[in-house]
Amino acid sequence: MIVKTNNNTRALSAFDVEKIRNDFPILKQKVHNRPLVYFDNAATTQKPQVVIDAINELHAKHNSNVHRGVHYLSDQMTEMHEAAREKVKNYLNARYSHEIIFTSGVTASINAVAYSFGEAYVKENDEIILSEMEHHSNIVPWQIMCKRNGAHLRVIPFNDKGELLLDEYKKLINPRTKLVTIVHVSNSLGTINPVKEIVAIAHENNIPVLIDGAQAIQHGKIDVQDIDCDFYAFSGHKIYGPTGIGVLYGKERWLQKMPPYQGGGDMIDRVTFEHTTYDDLPAKFEAGTPNYIGAIGLGAALDYLTNIGLDNIKNYEKKLLDYGTNKLMGIGGLKIYGMAKNKACIFSFLLNNIPPYDAGIILDKMGIAVRTGHHCTQPLWEHYKVEGSVRASLAFYNTFEEIDFLCESLKKIQKMFK
Amino acid sequence: MTISEIQEKIINEFKNFDNWMDKYNYLVKLGKDLSSIDSKYKTENNLIKGCQVKTWFHSAFKDGKVFYDIDSSSIMIKGIIALLIRVLSGQKPEDIKNADLYFIDKTGLRENFSPARANSLWKLANKMKSDATLREVKIGVEKKI
Repeated sequence: MIVKTNNNTRALSAFDVEKIRNDFPILKQKVHNRPLVYFDNAATTQKPQVVIDAINELHAKHNSNVHRGVHYLSDQMTEMHEAAREKVKNYLNARYSHEIIFTSGVTASINAVAYSFGEAYVKENDEIILSEMEHHSNIVPWQIMCKRNGAHLRVIPFNDKGELLLDEYKKLINPRTKLVTIVHVSNSLGTINPVKEIVAIAHENNIPVLIDGAQAIQHGKIDVQDIDCDFYAFSGHKIYGPTGIGVLYGKERWLQKMPPYQGGGDMIDRVTFEHTTYDDLPAKFEAGTPNYIGAIGLGAALDYLTNIGLDNIKNYEKKLLDYGTNKLMGIGGLKIYGMAKNKACIFSFLLNNIPPYDAGIILDKMGIAVRTGHHCTQPLWEHYKVEGSVRASLAFYNTFEEIDFLCESLKKIQKMFK
Repeated sequence: MTISEIQEKIINEFKNFDNWMDKYNYLVKLGKDLSSIDSKYKTENNLIKGCQVKTWFHSAFKDGKVFYDIDSSSIMIKGIIALLIRVLSGQKPEDIKNADLYFIDKTGLRENFSPARANSLWKLANKMKSDATLREVKIGVEKKI
């Protein structure tokens, strides 16, 4: 390996958040003359120095296009690119590295399956099952495909706590169901869905399942063989890696049968004007020059997380979740949306009748970065008959003190609007 | 009062504020005090495109002057709307069209908003101006007829 990633295998028996924060240079800055409190991690996560260094070094010393190169740099880059694929494979515990397709992100991954799977398997009056809490990126690609093929969407509802109603899910399954596509962790509510159970139910009926892992991948261990899902999608930038790189994991047997969704260089076996034969996996689904620097940067991020320990991250974030939930619930007039028993460290809330946008811009002035609005889940908010929320989404570099500061700031905002 | 005179008055009022918190508090007060527009005007067609929050626009023309009814789901934005209405509503179309809205800079409102939010502010101001321009064109056409 030429690009050095974090080989500092410190064993963090007790989670040392101050040490971790030192790995993220952006967290040291001030915004509006206040220390930055970054609570917008569900939108994107910050990058540790090892990832920043890896990307810089790749540009400075190693840049060259991958595959079929006949020179030193291209060979080097190809080797690193494929090593990154291997890292993703190991991280997800996939069976084969050719089951790992690099894309530009979750949106591209889902669009790829919606198109390719739709082309191969979905006919008129067939059905796709998804849930009421999906991100638009796990709704719209399927709507487009359904429109093209004359198929229909079926929606699993959730209860007011934000938990999917599995009995309703079971009722939706029928012989016309061609695929189930489900978010692993809700970006708006934080709910961790029982994906293993959802997959098992679908598989009893020989229906494949896609999991949108955009908000799950950064919070703990994901084992695609254990979940037994047929597809799993995630984005690099939400797991402390670069933007513009993502992953589509697909079981070999599906990927082999599905047609490519994009044509171009790098994905062909033989091209004539009459006919083209496609390359093997994963190249079949990676037309054009891949984002090799992004992929290797993602590999560096996965190394970094592995070194910290995924269980350490999960345990620490659970403590933040419990602490934050108690503190926020102590603020009169604050209502939390998403109280699922199994939940990631995301706080979606409304403060009295203060518009979320207004709370967000005032929090920003106080140095706190949150997101406001519908968070690309408009159908989810229809369930609650509100237009959106203030969302504070935490990561393992956040602290209990930052939660305290958020709560103090919210109380100040309440006073402003009294 | 002329548009400039009203702007000077607002700039003077803002001189009392030492920091952004005071300015934001004032905007919240203005936003709360601004009455909501009639629900019949809260239609898809009346939404201003490109604003981060839902903002509805309606105007009326009476005695050669333009009167604005604007509403927003954000109280802070309503505060800004209240200022813009104070400056431009009840003025002649020609004066609105040619107005130099310097109070936005001189009150520090622009620097207290992020570029995206400042952009929404200008979109709103431009919408008011373009509406006035349309009124002016219409008057011109009617005169010719």
